[in-house]
Amino acid sequence: MTPLLEVKNLHAEIDGKKILNGLDLVVNKGEVHAIMGPNGAGKSTLSYVLAGRDGYEVTEGDVLLNGESMLEMEPSERACKGVFLAFQYPMEIPGVATMTFLRAALNAQRKTRGEPELSSPDAIRKVKDVAGQLGINMDMLKRPVNVGFSGGEKKRAETMQMALLEPKLCLLDETDSGLDIDALKVVSEGVNRLRSPERGFVVITHYQRLLDHIVPDIVHVMSAGKIVRTGGKELAHELEASGYAQYQQEAA
Amino acid sequence: MAAVQETVEQVRQIDVDQYKYGFVTNIESEKAPKGLSEDIIRFISAKKNEPEWMLDWRLEAYRRWKTMQEPSWARVDYPPIDFQDLYYYSEPKKKPALKSLDEVDPEILATYEKLGIPLKEQKMLAGVVSDEGEDAGGDEAASGQPRARVAVDAVFDSVSVATTFKEELAKAGVIFCPISEALREHPDLVRKYLGTVVPTTDNFYATLNSAVFSDGSFVYVPEGVRCPMELSTYFRINEAQTGQFERTLIIADKGSYVSYLEGCTAPMRDENQLHAAVVELVALDDAEIKYSTVQNWYPGDADGKGGIYNFVTKRGDCRGRNSKISWTQVETGSAITWKYPSCVLRGENSRGEFYSIAISNGRQQVDSGTKMIHLGKNTSSRIISKGISAGRSQNTYRGLVSAHRKASAARNFTCCDSLLIGNECGAHTVPYIEAKNASATFEHEATTSKISDDQLFYCLQRGLSEEEAVALIVNGFVRDVLQQLPMEFAVEAQKLISISLEGSVG
Repeated sequence: MTPLLEVKNLHAEIDGKKILNGLDLVVNKGEVHAIMGPNGAGKSTLSYVLAGRDGYEVTEGDVLLNGESMLEMEPSERACKGVFLAFQYPMEIPGVATMTFLRAALNAQRKTRGEPELSSPDAIRKVKDVAGQLGINMDMLKRPVNVGFSGGEKKRAETMQMALLEPKLCLLDETDSGLDIDALKVVSEGVNRLRSPERGFVVITHYQRLLDHIVPDIVHVMSAGKIVRTGGKELAHELEASGYAQYQQEAA
Repeated sequence: MAAVQETVEQVRQIDVDQYKYGFVTNIESEKAPKGLSEDIIRFISAKKNEPEWMLDWRLEAYRRWKTMQEPSWARVDYPPIDFQDLYYYSEPKKKPALKSLDEVDPEILATYEKLGIPLKEQKMLAGVVSDEGEDAGGDEAASGQPRARVAVDAVFDSVSVATTFKEELAKAGVIFCPISEALREHPDLVRKYLGTVVPTTDNFYATLNSAVFSDGSFVYVPEGVRCPMELSTYFRINEAQTGQFERTLIIADKGSYVSYLEGCTAPMRDENQLHAAVVELVALDDAEIKYSTVQNWYPGDADGKGGIYNFVTKRGDCRGRNSKISWTQVETGSAITWKYPSCVLRGENSRGEFYSIAISNGRQQVDSGTKMIHLGKNTSSRIISKGISAGRSQNTYRGLVSAHRKASAARNFTCCDSLLIGNECGAHTVPYIEAKNASATFEHEATTSKISDDQLFYCLQRGLSEEEAVALIVNGFVRDVLQQLPMEFAVEAQKLISISLEGSVG
């Protein structure tokens, strides 16, 4: 069976600085992978490279989605193929109502995939359904995208977008940062509801506590731009106890 | 960085040559000979069967104009204009004296159809007022309320071709007609107000306009009348090298209300075309005038060649107590824009508002803003200006807020925001603030921002194309101003903004 995501010997740099040094990763449909590691290991870079952000240059290796190389694809094309990145710091877009933004995104993706665009009432209904499950009401949907949102609201909004766009591959970048324990629960439940045999997750986190709520199938430790250890969910607990110091030395 | 870099690349390739509205209607027109002289002015005045005093007024302005210098303080740069190399009068040859649009030359109608704008109006002209919101744009705008009705006074080059809804307006006592007609039918009204807001001596271009103005709209709303519909005029500059000199005069008598919409597009031309309009608004006690403009004239080609020179004097006089004048403009066209719709707040408690979106792309140069002149007690004003620069354009906000000695408790709030797309364009803010009364409260806020790579990437990651993303961000940026436009215009303006920036992101 073709893996959902296959990262092969990935090397990438930004402004001439090497960040990823031969990273390998295989995520099958239905699996949740956690990537842990110290600050500066290249975790966020990995998520940006997978999403296709400008300025990150892949110098070696390949990234396949369902067997197809994504490296030449624009970020929006990757999004339409089912790659979703939940941002560590979601961007504010002043003056654009969240509802307007979501409808634009939804229909842009449908259009690219050759599906009929949703009419306004249908789109609004769909957004409201998904938003309701995350405790997001109409008032919040009328507010400009992420403007003045609390940390918790931003992450709930990201999770809502993920649910709405029904991606195949979800990349969660430090989703737990800035969340108190209650917000963490709401967001985790939102993510867990999206777990399905058809969908894969890469959860990037610095701390183990998120993984108590979103329980991974596989845990990777990343250091100096590559995966240095892979194990089951118990690996996360071990890391919590021992810290990352040993891996930093190993990588060096 | 890289996303912006790419945008810049794409800006370089802008193809404004494909100006959507660059077509020419092939109707023979009658022109006065090139150049400007007292004879030409007599010719114009005679063509229009004007009263003697009007001719004298024009001649006086002309003599004055000959002694004046073109202003040079604006941040715009263009080759000298040869005022003797222009036509000052042209009209479609088939002299129209029409009552309905059916009688209008089909070619002119086809032109309007190409503009896309007046389709709804055409329907209304046929007497159809749809009650349900069947909206071609498919936006949520249509929520069941009956559509606002719009009366159109179509200005085709220099002669108003058709005026509609006239009867219904007449029933309400509202006069809405070409100013040339008003000069014949209501000379006393015109004489009483013409030139009282923008005097013939006001500035180089206004004085020129006073001498040679061809046509324009005249509106009079009598005491206590709320004008039953939105009034709208579409201007088109069609004849090559015809300077168009519109003159508009709107008077809202005591306790009346009128909303006036002006929309402009012009066909593509190689030579720069001069447009020097004058608009005068007079609001008496408790009256309110809302004046909205969507301007989409040809901005010139990618090298900045061609395009309209737009030197306009627009001024409103809040002459009465509690009067209110509000300007809303969406400026996307013209090679050069020199335009400062202003309010003279003379009446006690009067209020002036200015909402503006000015978009420049390619090599456009915009120097625009407003003047709020507080003369009366307890007057207030509000300025919201949104400038968007792309390509290699220069966009300047220039504004004056002043309080006269006697303008106690004058209040102003000004907010000027600039958005830059790419890094070869410029945005400038030049506010002048003068308070001669210690009780005046003036607030000024200004921001300059750039569409960030982070914002763009965020949108792209959600599946939007770069073009869609920029349009979305820009529309968010101008939202507070768009909300001031009448609903029908707002949707149109939103589309226009996307069209105007099309070149800027490939």
